[in-house]
Amino acid sequence: MAEIIEMPKLSDTMTVGTLVSWLKKEGDEVASGDMICEVETDKATMEVECFADGVLLKHYVAEGGEIPVGSPMCAVGEKGEEPPAVDTGAIADKAEELKKEESEEEDSEEKPAEKPEEAPTQSAPAQPSGGAKPEPQGRKQEFIPEEDDSEPAPAQAEGGRIKVSPLARKLAEEKGIPLSAISPSGPHGRIVKKDVLKAIEEGVKAPAPKTAKSDAPAASSAPAQYVPSGAPIAEDGPIKVTNMRKAIATRLVESKTTIPHFYLEVEVDAAPLLELRAEINHHLSNRAPEEGGIKLTVNDFILKAATEALRRVPAVNASWMGDSIQQHGSVHMAFGVAVPDGLVTPVIRDAHAKTLRQISIDTKELIQKSRNKKLTPQDMSGSTFTVTNLGMYGTSGFYGIINPPNAAILSVGATIKKPVVDKDGNLAVGQRMAIGLSCDHRVIDGATGAEFLQALQSILESPALMLV
Amino acid sequence: MAQITYRQAINDALAEEVERDENVVVMGEEVAQFDGAYKVTEGLLKRFGPKRIVDTPISEAGFIGMGIGAAMMGIRPVMELMFWSFSYVAFDQLCNNAAAVRYMSGGLINCPIVVRGPANGGTNVGATHSHTPENIVANHPGIKVVCPATAYDAKGLMKTAIRDNDPVFVMENTILYNDKWEVPEEEYLVPLGKANILREGKDLSIIAHGRAAITSLRAAEELKAKHDIDVEVLDLRSIRPLDEDAVIETVKKTNNVLLVEENKPFCGVGAQLTYLIQERAFDYLDAPIKRISSIDAPQIYCKKLEDTQIPNVERVVKKVLEMA
Amino acid sequence: MPDSDYSDAEVNKVLTPEQKIQLYRDMVRIRRFEERSIRVYQQGKIGGFLHLYIGQEAVAVGTVSLLGADDHVITAYRDHGHALAVGMNMNECMAELCGKHTGCSKGKGGSMHFFAPDKNYWGGHGIVGGQTPLGAGIAYALKYRNLKGCCICFMGDGAVNQGAVHEAFNLAQLWELPVIYVIENNGYSMGTSQVRSSAFNEYLAKRAEGYAMAWDVVSGNNIYDVRAATAKAIKRAHEESMPTLLEIITYRYRGHSMSDPDKTYREKKEVQEYKEKKDPITVFQNILLEEKVLTDELIQSIDKEAKQEAEDAASFADKSPFPPVESILEDIYWEEDNRSDETTSQGTIIFE
Repeated sequence: MAEIIEMPKLSDTMTVGTLVSWLKKEGDEVASGDMICEVETDKATMEVECFADGVLLKHYVAEGGEIPVGSPMCAVGEKGEEPPAVDTGAIADKAEELKKEESEEEDSEEKPAEKPEEAPTQSAPAQPSGGAKPEPQGRKQEFIPEEDDSEPAPAQAEGGRIKVSPLARKLAEEKGIPLSAISPSGPHGRIVKKDVLKAIEEGVKAPAPKTAKSDAPAASSAPAQYVPSGAPIAEDGPIKVTNMRKAIATRLVESKTTIPHFYLEVEVDAAPLLELRAEINHHLSNRAPEEGGIKLTVNDFILKAATEALRRVPAVNASWMGDSIQQHGSVHMAFGVAVPDGLVTPVIRDAHAKTLRQISIDTKELIQKSRNKKLTPQDMSGSTFTVTNLGMYGTSGFYGIINPPNAAILSVGATIKKPVVDKDGNLAVGQRMAIGLSCDHRVIDGATGAEFLQALQSILESPALMLV
Repeated sequence: MAQITYRQAINDALAEEVERDENVVVMGEEVAQFDGAYKVTEGLLKRFGPKRIVDTPISEAGFIGMGIGAAMMGIRPVMELMFWSFSYVAFDQLCNNAAAVRYMSGGLINCPIVVRGPANGGTNVGATHSHTPENIVANHPGIKVVCPATAYDAKGLMKTAIRDNDPVFVMENTILYNDKWEVPEEEYLVPLGKANILREGKDLSIIAHGRAAITSLRAAEELKAKHDIDVEVLDLRSIRPLDEDAVIETVKKTNNVLLVEENKPFCGVGAQLTYLIQERAFDYLDAPIKRISSIDAPQIYCKKLEDTQIPNVERVVKKVLEMA
Repeated sequence: MPDSDYSDAEVNKVLTPEQKIQLYRDMVRIRRFEERSIRVYQQGKIGGFLHLYIGQEAVAVGTVSLLGADDHVITAYRDHGHALAVGMNMNECMAELCGKHTGCSKGKGGSMHFFAPDKNYWGGHGIVGGQTPLGAGIAYALKYRNLKGCCICFMGDGAVNQGAVHEAFNLAQLWELPVIYVIENNGYSMGTSQVRSSAFNEYLAKRAEGYAMAWDVVSGNNIYDVRAATAKAIKRAHEESMPTLLEIITYRYRGHSMSDPDKTYREKKEVQEYKEKKDPITVFQNILLEEKVLTDELIQSIDKEAKQEAEDAASFADKSPFPPVESILEDIYWEEDNRSDETTSQGTIIFE
């Protein structure tokens, strides 16, 4: 009965061994205790001992080959015996896989940290001669550490965040006192226990159900709190106006009072677009980004389609300058993002020169920046056209207010299933999307606007067109 | 009830246990003939003879290791370290042998050793003789560690430690040795892992152990007298096992916590307490947890500065005034 | 090394043929157990370290064969030989190597930490030299209780340069403790030869002279020599309550541990020569053939049985379950495992 000799584990970390050389050839006699081959592990080259007696019937691997621990190396048995069959291909595959894992582990473990770009080229800079010594980082300068009791100031104005101790928060909740109705007396404007007790004493009441702030474009589904009938729907009282709110108010009043708006609407068959999106996502959404993986949203397609429609009807991509109309050669596409307490319109630069993939990537990044309050002025200026989308809320159709100095704003509603008459005159279930266009009549006439919508409709209904 | 010193209380505990159990031996540098470097073992040699009270050479790894071997055989050695700072040369014995032998033998072997001695700064002896390693040893499962602050506790905890079947490290304090407290004549034990409220209060809780508990008690008295702030002082007494419930209870009572310890701040006992409090009493906190530790540097020799480096009454009072 | 022939020593002359065969059998059992453990390790079933005793069998079997009811043993991390010599069985040892619940330490100790206090065996210890003060402590406890016993504390030649070892020597001589420190000198502390690691005068054991401690050197190739030298030290311990530093010159065929490719610090020829001329099992086999105690058939059957016993141990270990997860938190504190109404401690002792 032939015995298979397997690759031994020769070190505590070895997973694969490389067969350096066979010390016993096929047909050689072997005895327990003989060394049959040399194997290179992750640590060293070592001889492998045989624990069987007989004749070496077969090498399953040539010199230089790699074998995982526990996989067959050779067979020992009686002279003339048939060696057991072994799937050598599978062994090689497994070895390769393990090797890869090993090297990945090494990479992650042993690669020196990348130098930051601004690292000095000299190692260990000498003490700076004269001049200002750099402040050591992460050290308190005070002699007695705990005497410094300042808490770090928030990096930026926190939009109305109320500071409250855990205990005070719990007490206020139990008593149904809105935190906004309690005046803080603790350090750094924190509401503490005694402030809540004071409020109770003074008879502050009226729980205010918080309305869930949406965080569009992803619809927030926080259920509204149940308010018993008869109770006020919200607490009376002033709400502080943030800087963002102020800016929105000023700009939109200006837009709506100085720009002569007119409105056009078209209903688009969204089925082909949804099909195309599903197909692309089916192929790409499960892949890793470095392998070209991506997940496209309906909004990505609309931004791309609107860009292409502007290419066909460039007159819409223009601005009123008072005594001239500025025709823009590039499309800088703005889109609306709802953020807590307002709305921002970040801009995709040179959208006309970008693929659908790139637009999608830019959009995601800009949305992320919007939510993290990381948008730069650069990110929010210089748009030539704006798209606003309330489809995710189920809004069937609407008209946005123009975002100056744009000449138009595109408003996208929800895709709604409705009965339609198909090309054969039969009733069918259609997927329809209402798209509104608000235009600046100083720049765009009705016909121009209609042409633009027509172009947009044809692109959206034959969405493959935007891919070329 | 008679008042006796913290030193005498430990001496009584050792004498009572040596008398009670023939397996108890007291060993260490200068414990016998010299009557103890700090006179904690004074008179024991005369009373019990050289078999029970044994002078060792200055070789902590050797004699502590020997004590561990003897403990494995059922002897109950009480090993004195002249300073806990010297435990560092016996760390292999303490942390690899005493702490792990029960575990590594799958429960076949016990190690009922007691290692005791002072662990404190404040005595003007510099960095190598001023360590407080209770936080370090407490990080080794298998070891128990207690830090008595009063004579009553020193006696009661020492007797319990000697009877305990696991390794118990008792960290005393040379500055407390002369403090007098009421200690009953009759026999009593203080359980490990049971904290003690040194002073009741409602405005703020100080949690401390060892001499820092006494410092906090003095500060609390001053805060009451001069500022009418009513501070509760909880003395942990034992670090491992730890009386978690007592900690949580005082937090729930006052909602405001100051941790005081002689450890250096980084990974000190207070760090563990902070984790515990935020986990189990988050909703009872009316302010961030604050702490006072020794200033984060090796112990300074200069007495004047050292008295500021370790927590003192002035620092505690100042901190509480900022918090309350 | 004094070339002495101890076969006529009283302690060897009194041996019956059965006892001699048992000594031979125990050496073979250790070797076959360890050889089988190599294969278990190479199958990836033993983790961490595995320090093999192959080549040193006469030391453990020879010394332990002389011990009585109040004599104890403690050793370092190359501890399988001593474990089998004191009577631990192959199953619990192999299972411990594999980290199984049926292991001698329930899978919590591993190769370096075998214990059997019921057989006066106080374990393998993982830190070089760390067990030597414990050996003094065991001897101290025997003396404290007026028992006529001793503790044999084994260490390697690499341990003699550890501070704790010198502290232990000093205490042993100073306090007249019945401890026998046995340096199993296999020539190499890990991969560093004796001459490259230790400053010494003729023999490592001669360092005992600095402590005025009795010392001796003997070859570990012949179990009769080992027994004769050990018997003298035991007599000194039992009758005078005095320590001995006994150096036994031996050899290990394998690397320091399984991770040691064994290529850098010695020639293959050296290992080969030892196996051919000085192998403790072959040496004793030839003596016993000459003495007409052993026969070729008996040699064959002892070997076969030892192999089978090791094979059964491997399969026992294989079939045994791993310890349950909750056992991670067991055996840390005596008190935690023995909670009762009398328990004096309170509070939390094991944290999350």
